[in-house]
Amino acid sequence: MKVVIMGCGRVGARLAGLLDIEGHSVAILDTDDYSFRRLSPDFGGTALVGNGVDEESLKKAGIEEADVFVALTQGDNRNVMAAQIAKHIFNVPKVVCRIYDPLRRELYNSLGIEAFSPTTIFAQMLKEKLER
Amino acid sequence: MYIIIVGGGKVGYYLARALLDEGHEILVVEKDADRSEFICGELGSVCTRGDGCEVATLTEAGTGRAEMFIAVTGDDEDNLVACQVAKHKFNVPRTIARISNPNNETIFKKLGIDVTVSSTNIILENIEEEVPTHPLTHLLNIRDKGLEIVEIKIPPHSTTVGKAVKELPLPQGSVLSLIIRSQQKPIVPTADTILQAEDQIIAATTPESEEALRTALRGF
Repeated sequence: MKVVIMGCGRVGARLAGLLDIEGHSVAILDTDDYSFRRLSPDFGGTALVGNGVDEESLKKAGIEEADVFVALTQGDNRNVMAAQIAKHIFNVPKVVCRIYDPLRRELYNSLGIEAFSPTTIFAQMLKEKLER
Repeated sequence: MYIIIVGGGKVGYYLARALLDEGHEILVVEKDADRSEFICGELGSVCTRGDGCEVATLTEAGTGRAEMFIAVTGDDEDNLVACQVAKHKFNVPRTIARISNPNNETIFKKLGIDVTVSSTNIILENIEEEVPTHPLTHLLNIRDKGLEIVEIKIPPHSTTVGKAVKELPLPQGSVLSLIIRSQQKPIVPTADTILQAEDQIIAATTPESEEALRTALRGF
């Protein structure tokens, strides 16, 4: 499948690597090309400098043919906006985004955006670890 | 009317001041502590410190009873999210977002923001008017109808000078409304009106056929 990832941080780069190894076609976007150092040297996908909340950059990354879009920048609002553009403007079938703020995640989930909050997930995990 | 403004920069500050003068109840939500303090110092206790995209902040701000919600931070994505939270979490009837990237106008509309104000476009339009050789000036957008009112000037050497309106390949959906000539009363053009050099033509058109209209009127 064709995947577009926005944000080449630790999570973005790692996800890109995992999907690439499995043979998926991956394009990863970041506003800073220095971030691409995180990609493994044998990464076979495309790395593009660009802003994921900009339609043109998304088109360059191949959003129009993408099966999946994942928004993983540090900014909740940027992720949410890009995810909505992917879903509602480009009709990407599967859109996932990260939202640190749990309340905001709840709201966007209810608006039909599949969002994960690392804050909630990690806090829950830690709690379970501590209780054991 | 109770109005919440997100973003206490220059736009937010002057907007708050103007709306207060009109007698509205205003609350500015500003992230920066110093800025927030400054606004309270200048305008009275009308500013709270916080993130205008956060549900908690907006609950505290009494967003549920706001009749209008205006997001004017410098970041388009922040303005979008603030307005969406206000709309979907607090059912604010009217949300207005400032945008910097003109392309976002259609995106924001599609995502449910009631009104967008593009500062870039406004500045651009004002500058267009000041450039005398600019072939086409946007005068007004009729947003709901997808129409715009534009002004086109006929240059002296244009191939359309001396031609009648009915001879011009005007695009579908474009209507010539008015011709302004120097030292004459404005005239309403008919099919037989002959174009003259330096005519200023006011026309209604759509963004898509703007280019075709310009070519039809100016020739070449």
